[in-house]
Amino acid sequence: MAAQESTRVEYGKALLKLGEENPDVVALDADLSGSTQTKHFAKAFPERFFNMGVAEQDMLGTAAGLALGGKIPFASTFAVFATGRAWEQIRQSIAYAKLNVKIVASHGGVSVGEDGGSHQAVEDLALMRILPNMVVLVPADGPETRAMVRWAASYQGPVYIRTGRMPFPVIYPEDHDFEPGRSDILKEGTDVTLAGIGLMVHHCLQAADLLAAAGVSARVLNLSCLKPLDWQLVADSARSTGALVTAEEHLATGGLGSAVSEVLAEHCPAPLQRIGLRDIFGTSGPADILLKHYGLMPDDIKEAALKAIARKNQR
Amino acid sequence: MPIYQEIPDISQLQEIARQVRLDILEMLFKSGSGHTGGSLSATDILVALFFAQMRFNPRDPCWPGRDRFVLSKGHAAPALYAVLSRLGYFPRKELLTLRQFGSSLQGHPDSSCTPGVEVSTGSLGQGLSIANGMALAARLNGSGARVYALLGDGEVQEGQIWEAAMSAAHYKLDNLVAVLDRNRLQIDGRTADVMGLEPLAQKWEAFGWHTQEVDGHSFPELLAALKATDGVAGRPHMIVAHTVKGKGVSIFENQAKYHGVTPTKEEYEQALKELA
Repeated sequence: MAAQESTRVEYGKALLKLGEENPDVVALDADLSGSTQTKHFAKAFPERFFNMGVAEQDMLGTAAGLALGGKIPFASTFAVFATGRAWEQIRQSIAYAKLNVKIVASHGGVSVGEDGGSHQAVEDLALMRILPNMVVLVPADGPETRAMVRWAASYQGPVYIRTGRMPFPVIYPEDHDFEPGRSDILKEGTDVTLAGIGLMVHHCLQAADLLAAAGVSARVLNLSCLKPLDWQLVADSARSTGALVTAEEHLATGGLGSAVSEVLAEHCPAPLQRIGLRDIFGTSGPADILLKHYGLMPDDIKEAALKAIARKNQR
Repeated sequence: MPIYQEIPDISQLQEIARQVRLDILEMLFKSGSGHTGGSLSATDILVALFFAQMRFNPRDPCWPGRDRFVLSKGHAAPALYAVLSRLGYFPRKELLTLRQFGSSLQGHPDSSCTPGVEVSTGSLGQGLSIANGMALAARLNGSGARVYALLGDGEVQEGQIWEAAMSAAHYKLDNLVAVLDRNRLQIDGRTADVMGLEPLAQKWEAFGWHTQEVDGHSFPELLAALKATDGVAGRPHMIVAHTVKGKGVSIFENQAKYHGVTPTKEEYEQALKELA
């Protein structure tokens, strides 16, 4: 079995390393530095770490001011509070002026588990993707998290990175690099394309194995750069496989499913099945039970793929 | 004041403020849209800050050691634009393009297109947090620069203001000076009727701020309060400036209706006479 790494834990390590390399990097948190993993940076660089208390709006505004003062602020809290509670601060104080603020939010999706629907962000990607000037990233493993954090610090402008609570298998080599607007084909295939983000990338890979056992060849994409989306890769996949599935730990509206739908509608219409929450919030429970309950498992992706292929064959 | 100029005396400041008010009214009359009352109530505060207190250089707008200004009550943009133009950040004729399509003078301050505007504002309640961040950055940079923020009184009904009030005191931001334009009116009427704010100065004091109250139309009082901020370390500074909404033109004074209404031709002509 592959090594397991949690994207939020890897963020904490990457931020610490950035702090060592660049004295302009500063970090903010809203009383969740243990959960978001900014605690390591806080311990190493107390003069560059600002705990803003339970005050997300003030945290994002303060981050905007630090960016105006030439700093590179990384602001972290749970995804639901960063993007929901402080959405208008992100819009007005950060995105509107394209300020150099990095929002790295943990606890995206239902795999948060027991804390329940109030703490499971299932709309954060929609809320961030809609904002002009915002880059939206969802890493699928440790090396990709580290590469994205490094890139975000070098890029001048606002970036949203969603990390997850659960550990995922490592799929990229240690020296993996990130390039905005470009995504990877993790597995080649000809009958259907499975496009995932975050944890669901791994479920797509497992679904591809299940499909292979049934004689179906699936291409798997990691669309971790949700915005700017690698639309050419999506359109190319639609042309070459003729059927697609998107899979996200998020509402099926507004996030990856919508982003891919937009590309297909404008560039290459093809049958698409969206895996995600259907107009519903999360609930309490162990992550594995919730992922099953909301239809986010490899089996669900496999069934969706077969449906998409059947629709393709009816055309 | 630009670092290469002498600080004006009181009568010169009063004359600058008179001219700024004339510019504001001409801009608003020409554009037919914008915020009259809060621009006029804030005029003397802005003139005191920009012509007598802050250190900056319009010939080198990005000078790292400059003091920063945040217009948290972004709807007073006409007053800020009139001041910046007078300081040489952009030609005076641009003032008459206020709010027009393609203008560098947006309805609310936009740092991406107006020289001298440091921060984009407009959505109320957000400027103080940004000012805090700028003050933290100035401290980290060791620049000695100060950050000045102008708040509206209706604006402090926003919860984020009080989050920022807490954090400024927590981080002991003594390089931050906020001035609160206490004109006692907001769009829907008197602040006391819409959402009461008193005891306002005591609230800031209780939040840990070095708090002063002044007549916001008296240059001697404004300058004395700004000077007094030098002597207090370890706390952010709040100056509650008691003002008159629409100050300077009798028909606009203390009238909530002129919050977001511009002068008619007759009103504009009367204003010119009163400010002559």
